[in-house]
Amino acid sequence: MAKIIVVTSGKGGVGKTTTSASFATGLAARGKKTVVIDFDVGLRNLDLIMGCERRVVFDFVNVIQGEANLRQALIKDKNNENLSILAASQTRDKDALTEEGVEKVLNDLAKEFDYIVCDSPAGIERGAHLAMYFADEALVVTNPEVSSVRDSDRVLGLLSSKTRKSEKSEGRVREHLVLTRYNPVRVEKGEMLSVKDVQDILAIPLLGVIPEASAVLTASNSGAPVILDQNNEAGQAYEDLVARFLGEDRPHRFVEVQKKGFLSKLFGG
Amino acid sequence: MDLLGWFKSKKAPTANTARDRLMMVVAIQRDQDGRRTTTGNGGAVSYLPALREELLAVVRKYVSVPDSAVKVDVQKEAGLEVLEMNITLPERT
Repeated sequence: MAKIIVVTSGKGGVGKTTTSASFATGLAARGKKTVVIDFDVGLRNLDLIMGCERRVVFDFVNVIQGEANLRQALIKDKNNENLSILAASQTRDKDALTEEGVEKVLNDLAKEFDYIVCDSPAGIERGAHLAMYFADEALVVTNPEVSSVRDSDRVLGLLSSKTRKSEKSEGRVREHLVLTRYNPVRVEKGEMLSVKDVQDILAIPLLGVIPEASAVLTASNSGAPVILDQNNEAGQAYEDLVARFLGEDRPHRFVEVQKKGFLSKLFGG
Repeated sequence: MDLLGWFKSKKAPTANTARDRLMMVVAIQRDQDGRRTTTGNGGAVSYLPALREELLAVVRKYVSVPDSAVKVDVQKEAGLEVLEMNITLPERT
């Protein structure tokens, strides 16, 4: 049976789309049939991060409104045939997404895919609600920053009450913490909340810590999810995250300050 | 000019302030949502162990007490949550 995973956060700009893109790409790289859906109607962006913006013909809302079928709207990833993308619509109609419509699309996708990754919009309005409503599991993306942590906690409240699982008493949405833009040097100086601080406050299991890295911006510039850059810490951290999600036991890297050797100090390695 | 002082001057670390402020707003938020302030595995209030540790540290500024001297608990009575703290001081000799 297909697993539905929502990537959510409450606050915007914390790395939901970056995480959705890398997470889905990582699952597909491990042979899982994966589809990633952009729920941000009106502010489509996943296509850019995945590098398929020029191949969007039909979108999520077209499928819901019966103007296109799923096969026409799904965009095959250029690198991995296990991966497909369903773009968000650029319509300004906020009611374009309906609960019944979303449910039908998810049911149809579930026949074909192992994993359905739902990239939630920021906020707690309709799009965000529908992105999480049918989820089995949730990646809660958080920055070590007060407003992001508070918003993530709000979202945890919604995950425990405003989802199909909770309303139908079918158990809980399994929550995972993804801490992004982490800077161990600033944590050591006492300038930034630590992994432990955030974990203590949110009290959900930690799936991954993604270090702040310039590679995240260069990856989005070129439309290749950062997980494909395995020479970079952020890419490696996402790779670990996917492995952990699939049940591998991997230690958390990039949470401590890396002690630099003399040579790397000299050459800025 | 105090050059050395200028180099040394450092702002106080703010991460702890952030953590304390967050614990407060999150506790209130959970209360308003009707969520219990629980850890994932249910039962205990999540900040209780930290609260107990900090209380113990404060008490130890003044008297030396064993770990068991500070007890913190939350009781639920008729929809009301009561935070109960017990600090046992050593008997005077």
